[in-house]
Amino acid sequence: MHHVVLERWSRGASALHRRDPRAKLGALVVFLVVAATAHRALPALAAALLALLSAAVISAGIPLAGALGRAALVLPFTAVFGGACWLAGDPARGLALVLKSYLSALAVLLVVSTTSLPALLRGLETAGAPRYLLMVAQFLYRYLFVISEEAQHMSKAAASRGATFRGLAARARFRGAAGALAVLFARSYGRAEDIHRAMLARGFPGHFRTLDTLHFGRGDAVFLALASFAPVVARAAVERFARWPA
Amino acid sequence: MARLIDVRNLRFRYEDGAAALNGVDFRLEEGEAVALFGANGSGKTTFVMHLNGLLAGEGSVEVCGLAVDRQTIPAIRRKIGLVFQDSESQLFMPTVLEDVAFGPLNLGMSSEQAAARAHAALATVGMAAAASRAPYHLSAGEKKRVAIAGILAMDPEILVLDEPTTFLDPPGQRALAGLLADLPQAKILVTHNIPFALATCNRAVFFQGGVIAAEGSVEEMVSRFGWDFTPDPSKLNRRQRA
Repeated sequence: MHHVVLERWSRGASALHRRDPRAKLGALVVFLVVAATAHRALPALAAALLALLSAAVISAGIPLAGALGRAALVLPFTAVFGGACWLAGDPARGLALVLKSYLSALAVLLVVSTTSLPALLRGLETAGAPRYLLMVAQFLYRYLFVISEEAQHMSKAAASRGATFRGLAARARFRGAAGALAVLFARSYGRAEDIHRAMLARGFPGHFRTLDTLHFGRGDAVFLALASFAPVVARAAVERFARWPA
Repeated sequence: MARLIDVRNLRFRYEDGAAALNGVDFRLEEGEAVALFGANGSGKTTFVMHLNGLLAGEGSVEVCGLAVDRQTIPAIRRKIGLVFQDSESQLFMPTVLEDVAFGPLNLGMSSEQAAARAHAALATVGMAAAASRAPYHLSAGEKKRVAIAGILAMDPEILVLDEPTTFLDPPGQRALAGLLADLPQAKILVTHNIPFALATCNRAVFFQGGVIAAEGSVEEMVSRFGWDFTPDPSKLNRRQRA
């Protein structure tokens, strides 16, 4: 059975985990705006925001090194553009790109790893995100592992009958992979039909109705205010007192 | 005893032209539990999919006095609960509670009513503690129980279970048989599992070539069609006999 690390983290019981997802999403949006629009004393501001996020990660009971490492997954992508800016003679822009993308990734990771996916999707839905997009995300999340397991079974079945890519020409490899993908697609299609039948059998009218499980309380409002305020104050303070140039 | 299902001369052909049902006549009375036997491809699953309008063939299908057609399908799906062979396809919501509440919500219940129904159904199948878990974290037996809870939450008059013992180990099968025996609904079980059918059903029908070839007690069908694979002791070698 597969367990995604983020999902395991999201099942924690810290104060941050217990907050309404809409409060966390609101605070996340504020953080992203603060980080994305910053342009003065960026290294100092990045250090301050990183300290804020690290404190939140620790208070949520999430391993700090694990969270920092996972957020670094965005770096190879942004480092390419950062490097290009560096080579073009604008190292400050390259550094800003890398710092902002890393902080944004860490902030998103913090929200995702302190909120279960159902709650997160409910929060996004009540915040006005397109319902069908969320439905696709929900089904993708639910069945991604099932499809991945089917792919692994197919791979094992092929290997047990002596199939190997070693020694095959590129064209033969491509043909083999394409055939396996076609079978996987057909199986996924069959699975989708089964799911649709199961939905119809339980009276699915064509649109999803879900349990209202979210409650935005006073604690959530206080959290939203404080969590939104903190990065704004950090930025204002850094921009006022830091000695680094833009 | 009230008649719950009345099927007459049901015929169905798939899009590729393969004839799956060639004139099925079937009745189900209140309180009955009927096993559907037959070889793979004999039409059992195709037949049960006609009972709640997932497939539509020629002939007549009546459920609780309602003819199955486009207008009556919503009402009929309240009366017949269909548990699919692969629970993985039936449990599509992010949490167990939301999945079990899916049917009641579709019946038009409020969130509170649907949640109460879902909790009660989970308690009936012994899965109350799993309400907040994700379905893919459950074992095969637990998934089957939750799938049944999803149907029970809709309070159907008839339960239809397609190969209910698939993926279940013997203790899981025994537990499921006990659970089904305690449920008051009339039942139709599509199965190849003879001990399970003996433990849960009081009648059996045998499908062959898209028709019901015979019906009677489970024991009678098993012996008449050689449907049991218990080894013949006279054909066992000495070591196996020992």
